Amino acid sequence: MSNGNMNLTLKVWRQKNAQTAGKFVTYKAESISPDMSFLEMLDVVNESLTLKGDEPIHFDHDCREGICGMCSLYINGHPHGPKRAVTTCQLHMRSFKDGETITIEPWRATAFPIVKDLAVDRSAFDRIQQAGGYVSVNTGVSTDGNAIPIPKVIADEAFNSATCIGCGACVAACKNASAMLFVSAKITQLGLLPQGQPERYRRVQTMVAQMDEEGFGSCTNTGACEAECPKEIKLTNIARMNNDFFSAKLFREESIHEEQHGGA
Amino acid sequence: MSLDAKIPQGPLAEKWSKHKFNLKLVNPANKRKYDVIIVGTGLAGASAAASLAELGYNVKSFCFQDSPRRAHSIAAQGGINAAKNYQNDGDSVYRLFYDTIKGGDYRAREGNVYRLAEVSVNIIDQCVAQGVPFAREYGGLLDNRSFGGSQVSRTFYARGQTGQQLLLGAYSALNRQIHAGKVKMYTRTEMLDVVVVDGHAKGIVTRNMLTGAIETHAGHAVLLCTGGYSNVFYLSTNAIGSNVTAAWRAHKRGAFFGNPCYTQIHPTCIPVSGDHQSKLTLMSESLRNDGRVWAPKTAAIAEQLRKGTLKADQVKEDDRDYFLERKYPAFGNLVPRDVASRNAKEMVEDGRGVGTSGFAVFLDFADAIKRLGEDTVKAKYGNLFDMYIQITDENPYKQPMRIYPAVHYTMGGLWVDYNLSTNVPGLYALGECNFSDHGANRLGASALMQGLSDGYFVIPYTLGDYLATIGPKKVDTSHPAFEQTKKDVIEHVNKLLALNGTKTAEAYHRDLGHIMWEYCGMARTEEGLKKAKGLIQALKADFWKNAKVVGENEEVNASLERAGRVADFIELGELMVDDALMRRESCGGHFRVESQTEGGEAKRDDENFAFVAAWEFKGENQPEELHKEQLVFESVHLTQRNYA
Repeated sequence: MSNGNMNLTLKVWRQKNAQTAGKFVTYKAESISPDMSFLEMLDVVNESLTLKGDEPIHFDHDCREGICGMCSLYINGHPHGPKRAVTTCQLHMRSFKDGETITIEPWRATAFPIVKDLAVDRSAFDRIQQAGGYVSVNTGVSTDGNAIPIPKVIADEAFNSATCIGCGACVAACKNASAMLFVSAKITQLGLLPQGQPERYRRVQTMVAQMDEEGFGSCTNTGACEAECPKEIKLTNIARMNNDFFSAKLFREESIHEEQHGGA
Repeated sequence: MSLDAKIPQGPLAEKWSKHKFNLKLVNPANKRKYDVIIVGTGLAGASAAASLAELGYNVKSFCFQDSPRRAHSIAAQGGINAAKNYQNDGDSVYRLFYDTIKGGDYRAREGNVYRLAEVSVNIIDQCVAQGVPFAREYGGLLDNRSFGGSQVSRTFYARGQTGQQLLLGAYSALNRQIHAGKVKMYTRTEMLDVVVVDGHAKGIVTRNMLTGAIETHAGHAVLLCTGGYSNVFYLSTNAIGSNVTAAWRAHKRGAFFGNPCYTQIHPTCIPVSGDHQSKLTLMSESLRNDGRVWAPKTAAIAEQLRKGTLKADQVKEDDRDYFLERKYPAFGNLVPRDVASRNAKEMVEDGRGVGTSGFAVFLDFADAIKRLGEDTVKAKYGNLFDMYIQITDENPYKQPMRIYPAVHYTMGGLWVDYNLSTNVPGLYALGECNFSDHGANRLGASALMQGLSDGYFVIPYTLGDYLATIGPKKVDTSHPAFEQTKKDVIEHVNKLLALNGTKTAEAYHRDLGHIMWEYCGMARTEEGLKKAKGLIQALKADFWKNAKVVGENEEVNASLERAGRVADFIELGELMVDDALMRRESCGGHFRVESQTEGGEAKRDDENFAFVAAWEFKGENQPEELHKEQLVFESVHLTQRNYA
């Protein structure tokens, strides 16, 4: 495995926390195997930094198989790096060339304040989901799972949106830092399924209101989000969300500020 | 101390219904007077938090990730079992119970497993109602597939991302309760200890991973839903952050640890590519529905394949050994995981391993593609194939996948009774974190079932009984036990921060993993385990002398987090070895080389080992004390497992 190892130069954004200014720091990554994942390459750099007594580069990561949505990184101007439909943890070093300089930055958006170095605070996404990204059913449903047949195409299309991992690449890719691809994924999933119908028009209002409150920008149909999404969530979801939103505003506006009752 | 599993009396099929009726209730108006602490937001934790909050309890929920949606349940691929019998192929609650007991090699409790099978049907209904987009047939009904250890199709799935969809369902229910103010969510917060007051668990101590603040939280009960400990092997299919710390610290506060040596080695993972490797990636068991496992018939052919002078698709049909189909014609490629894993290992030991390292066998889809067409195969497994291509740079539509077993799941965990209570009153363990339902080997698609069963359908009933018993008297953090436990945690953190040696915690973790895999992995011997014990003790001493931790407590500090987790893994590793050494029989995933049938299968010793091993912590560097919970089988007859 040692043949074809690479030497790379990394320009990494280092920032102690949201309150202090950050800057690029240059590091050498030496003898990197093309079979390593991008994060494993950073592990190697961090191991040597730690042994020198320096602070390792901080980045978010967990499952390392492309599904938890925790890893991020803006690599050479692309969220999750140069490959399509791949998260940073699944990006392998064979996508880079020996001697290359790689620039690594955090997601940059007002709604995603920096935690440390390359890690950002994406709790705004959670708050948007909390505002309405669910079907209001308590545990203990007794309706049989097959009671309502759902056409396969509808179930598949709902799945295609439900596959969103909440990583935030769409926001990082967008010149307006819009979160509309993310929000529309949940709106679409639940809006397509019969289970989501009762709250369909309420949901779109509460989620959009929260999205606005968090300070995300608006969509101007550039499509960078779709191009960079590691799960290939479709831009048409945004059209669907806008459609539901306009319908709700014109014909079905409900007060979304009333108190919610979750319990029995 | 006697271990009472509290299995209800009466016929198997009536135990749970009767028990539910006998459990005390907390009246609806009183529920809001109780505070419940839940650690972990995977399937068990998120479903428990949502369900208990819906009932009216005040829930405090904790996770170390930046969002509850990241918990590692998200990565489960294949599916979730339920005894719906939608396929009309002879499934029933009893059959799911029977398959699970047998699959676990008769080392699980009948009562627990029957309940699991019983509530499995409710889980599917619940998830459908939440908007989980399960796979469907053209008629609009739910689709099923088969998994190992069963001859019926009872596995529900959402492409290769079932865990993700189920977790996002539970996350959405949790979000609804956060919004309603019934759950207070603490993210990027790691639990570092349990507070025990007069023998009852009354709270936890946490570290805020952003600020380093060590804080105490009080509640009427503490639920640990913190997952398994596969990462004791360093390389596993778990997430990098998955750790044993919460469970281990609870163990050190008195909770018994059940069957620590029961680990599951999953047969179909992508082989290791080099020393840099930080984790292993699973290829779902569902692939064995259509993929055929084989190795070359001779070592000579394998040698050519390893060198690359021969390609897999060029190996003639006669030169291939579809060893699972040959040895187990009834179950074929769908034998349970422990059986499939050991057979792959045998092939490698026989010189017939493939891939550059020689540590791999093939999983071949050529026949399936011929039979179903590439598009159908893609629709079923596309995301898994994509992942394989991404990691290996090889195309499984053209060449067979290379696979090898890897640590995937731990059946052992905190000992709990039928109510999911540990032996420390008020301290509960749910999901993979407990030891309860899978015996010595877990069948595929049963982990998601257990996590959600515990969280949605068991704890909402059993917890009420305890809470009604202790009453709603407020617990607060002013009790001296909170201050003392907090002091202990700060001391431990400072001890870690003072380490200024020459080796990173990660390097110690890697060393531990090598020891565990070599001596406490797929095959275990008396001699090897004894050696491992010495090696682990030496590693522990070395860690506390020569490890290096950088940075301070009052900041984001991954170095400190990792060191704390590795220190706990080292201690757990020693207990696993003790347990494996004590259990001088083979059962399920625990294979003692000294105890095998003529055909090389795991040979149990029911007379001497039909018990749950529950270990009690007796103090730092003291041997742990073994307690035995005898397993009683009233419904099934114990036999040598036979999948031929």
